[in-house]
Order: sequence, then C-alpha cells, then structure tokens
Amino acid sequence: MPPPTPADTAVDPSPAGPRRALLDATPGPLHPAAREALLSALDNGWADPRRLHSEGRRAAHLLDQAREVLADAVGARPAEVSLHPSGSHALQGAITGLRSARRRVGDALVTTAVEQALVLRSPDTEPVGVDRHGRVEVTAWAEAIGAPGVAMGIVAPANPEIGTRQPVEELATASRAAGVPLLVDATSTVGRLPLPRTEAYAVCVADAAAFGGPPLGLLAVGAGTRWRPPGPVSAPERGREVAPPSVPLALAAAEAWRQHRHAATDDARVAHELIAAIRAAAADVPDVEVVGDPDARLPHVVTFSCLYVDGEALVGELDRRGFAVASGSACTADTLQPSHVLAAIGALTHGNVRVTLPLAAVAPTRERDVARFCAELPQAVAAVRAHLGTLDL
Amino acid sequence: MSAPVLDARGQRCPMPVIALARAARAQPPGAVLVVLADDPAARHDIPAWARLKGHTVSLADDGGHTAYRVVLGGHPAEKSTAGA
Repeated sequence: MPPPTPADTAVDPSPAGPRRALLDATPGPLHPAAREALLSALDNGWADPRRLHSEGRRAAHLLDQAREVLADAVGARPAEVSLHPSGSHALQGAITGLRSARRRVGDALVTTAVEQALVLRSPDTEPVGVDRHGRVEVTAWAEAIGAPGVAMGIVAPANPEIGTRQPVEELATASRAAGVPLLVDATSTVGRLPLPRTEAYAVCVADAAAFGGPPLGLLAVGAGTRWRPPGPVSAPERGREVAPPSVPLALAAAEAWRQHRHAATDDARVAHELIAAIRAAAADVPDVEVVGDPDARLPHVVTFSCLYVDGEALVGELDRRGFAVASGSACTADTLQPSHVLAAIGALTHGNVRVTLPLAAVAPTRERDVARFCAELPQAVAAVRAHLGTLDL
Repeated sequence: MSAPVLDARGQRCPMPVIALARAARAQPPGAVLVVLADDPAARHDIPAWARLKGHTVSLADDGGHTAYRVVLGGHPAEKSTAGA
C-alpha cells in the first residue's frame, strides 16, 4: 500500500457550508497572540529545561517567565505554582497531595453532586446535594465538612455544564471553621469569574484553555498548606509531575493570560448579556427548559433541554447550519449513563445543547454568531422534531 | 379497569418519553398510564417530563426494568412552553 498522501490524513479545518459559529469553547482555538507565541516558542523553547547547555538554559529561563505570569492567573506566587499537561492532571495531583498530607485525619472527600466526574470518581467521595439550579446549600456543606475523618473539600466556583455559581466564599468559611483544607477547582472558571480571596482556600487548580491558552494545568498550593507531592521533591515541578511541562505550551498559555487579564471584566460583561439572549431565545421554543441559575452563573455558559428531541440529532442539525455546540446528552455512543449534573438537578438528560462562548479575542464574530443562533434555534429544533415525528406532541 | 401499559423496554431516550407523551395526548386529566423502561436515562427523563407537563409520577423497580406510573394532570392537549 502506498504511504498516505497529505490529502488522506489532513482534516479540513473549515468544514464546507455556512460560516462556522464557534459556540463550544471547551477547548476553543487559541487566542491569536497565544498562537503567535506558540509558533515562536517552537523555535526558541524546544529544549529540555533541565539541560545545562545554552538551549536548555534558555528554555528554563522562558519557563520561569511563563510561570511568573501564570501564577497571577491563580492568585499565587510563582514558587507555589506547578504546570501540568492539563487541568485534569493538575486536579488529580492536587487531590493526591492533599490526601497524602491528611491521611492521619481521614480519607473522606467532601464535594458537591455536580462536581466534575474526575472528582466524583475519586475514592471516599461524599457529594453534598444541590438545589434545582445546581447550587449547594452552605449549611449542608458545613455539616458534611465538619464530620470526623474529612481529608478535604473540593468545589468549583461555578458549574461548567450549567453555569450556576456556588457560594464559594461561604463554603470556604465553613471549611476553615472545620479545619479542613479547601481545593478550589477553577479549571473551567479561571479568567471568566474572579477567584475567591486567596486566604479562603488551600489549593487552586486551573486550566489555561479556559482563557484562550492551550490546555495547560495550573496547580497552586498556598504557603502554609500541608500538602505532600506525589513524587520526590527532586522530580519535576517540585515533585508534582513526572516530566517537565512543554515550554512552548507554557509560553503560549502565559501570553494568553497576559492578553486576557485586562480584558476579562469587559469580556465577561458582554458574554453575560449574550448568554442571556440565548436563554431567552431557547425559553421561547415550545417544550424547552433552560437550566441553571439565570443570573448567578458563569458569564459564558448555558445548557437547555428540548423535549421530544434526540440530542445527537439536534447537535447534528445545528452543525449543518454552521453552529458548533456541545451536547450534554446521555444518548452518546460511548455511554448509557446520563449527565450526572443534569440528573442531580432533576433536568431532562436528553435533547440537551450546551453553549460555551469563546473569548471575543478568539471569536471576533461572536455577537453576530449568537444573534444568528437565536434566530435559527426554533427552526433547528422543529426540524429534528419533524424528523422524529414528534412535532404534534 | 387497569391502566394501559406501554412497553418501552429496550428503547433508548428520548423514545420512552415520546411514547408516553403520545399516549398521554389521547387521555383526559386524571388518567393513569404505566410505562416500562430499562434505559437508565428514563429514570431522570420521565420524572423531568412529568414535572414540565404538570403530571405526577411514581416508580417501582421490577428486576431489570422500572415501571413508571403517571397520573396525568392539567390539559395534555394544550401546548405548553417550559419557562427558563
């Protein structure tokens, strides 16, 4: 067989048809400045930062600079921050380190019923229930975290699927009163919502993909936090990783933050209004339920559920019309299990659409894209219902 | 007289909910429908549908499937819009 030609293996970056509207930034394309930084870092920062030759020392120097910028993203000092291949790696490492330091106290991990699957799959997890918006109640949290044998609490400042914000400062106060360290999972919220006060938590995890960078996990362990790295301290990233981070990715992530940190407030304000428009347009479609808190939420995320619609078919119909959206649906090929977040709030788990807006700097047409989405959504839902023969229900 | 029973075993969401909604359309308020389903998503979706449509539902596990007993409320023939 002849070797494949480039045409066989290349993926068309811009599918044919209508202009593409990117409404699923999980992850999204890089911030343009981050992309430039990545390309030049591929030339300047390719070496192993542990090497002693000039190229290695240059890579190490660039990595130090990137770490200094990225520390600001997680409200920490550079010496407290480690870089990881993804937010999930950082989160896994953070849990392991806290567990290890707290093993004499206990194993229980108190969290919410809507945390990400990686947290809920951890051993000895005790999820606290949420209300119909997905918000955890402070008194229920305080009771769970105050029980004997709790190693840590874990909470995301807002839910990345339905957007609802958690009362994270109050949860932090309750955790502190119980003497239990709190891990703040800002994987999906960093750059989109302000972080809690740094005194409020022990450990913070984030991912540069949330603010227009490439996937790059950030882990900040506050000074004074009892935390034991999984590896020997001589291992990369203060013993927290098995290999040093990619220097080009770290530089691109740092550039994304440098660009975004001053734009964050304005970007969030506009995104909040755009999502409000989508929420209103979706609620106007018959038999559609918009979930999550309408106001106290992530600025750029919304999920809605459509009765009598197959979620995959709806995502396909929207894709055909030029919209890239995610489905929170259960009925995917790889799993029969419904979304635990939607199940926890009593929402429909089928016929879901999740919109995650990219930053304006990443998608300069996002306002027009949202307007077009709002206009076409009723027809798209009706088209899928017509195909399923459910328009008359 | 026993309630009509819909067998949606082996069907994946949203089919059990669609079958229920179709059956409910022909019934007056207060009528009772029973649906058997084994899709794990039905456990969430049938109660969510009932909540959106003003019906009440109770469920009972029976081996490999679940029986959902729905008491229709409101006016099933009327189109409704679920709010945000």
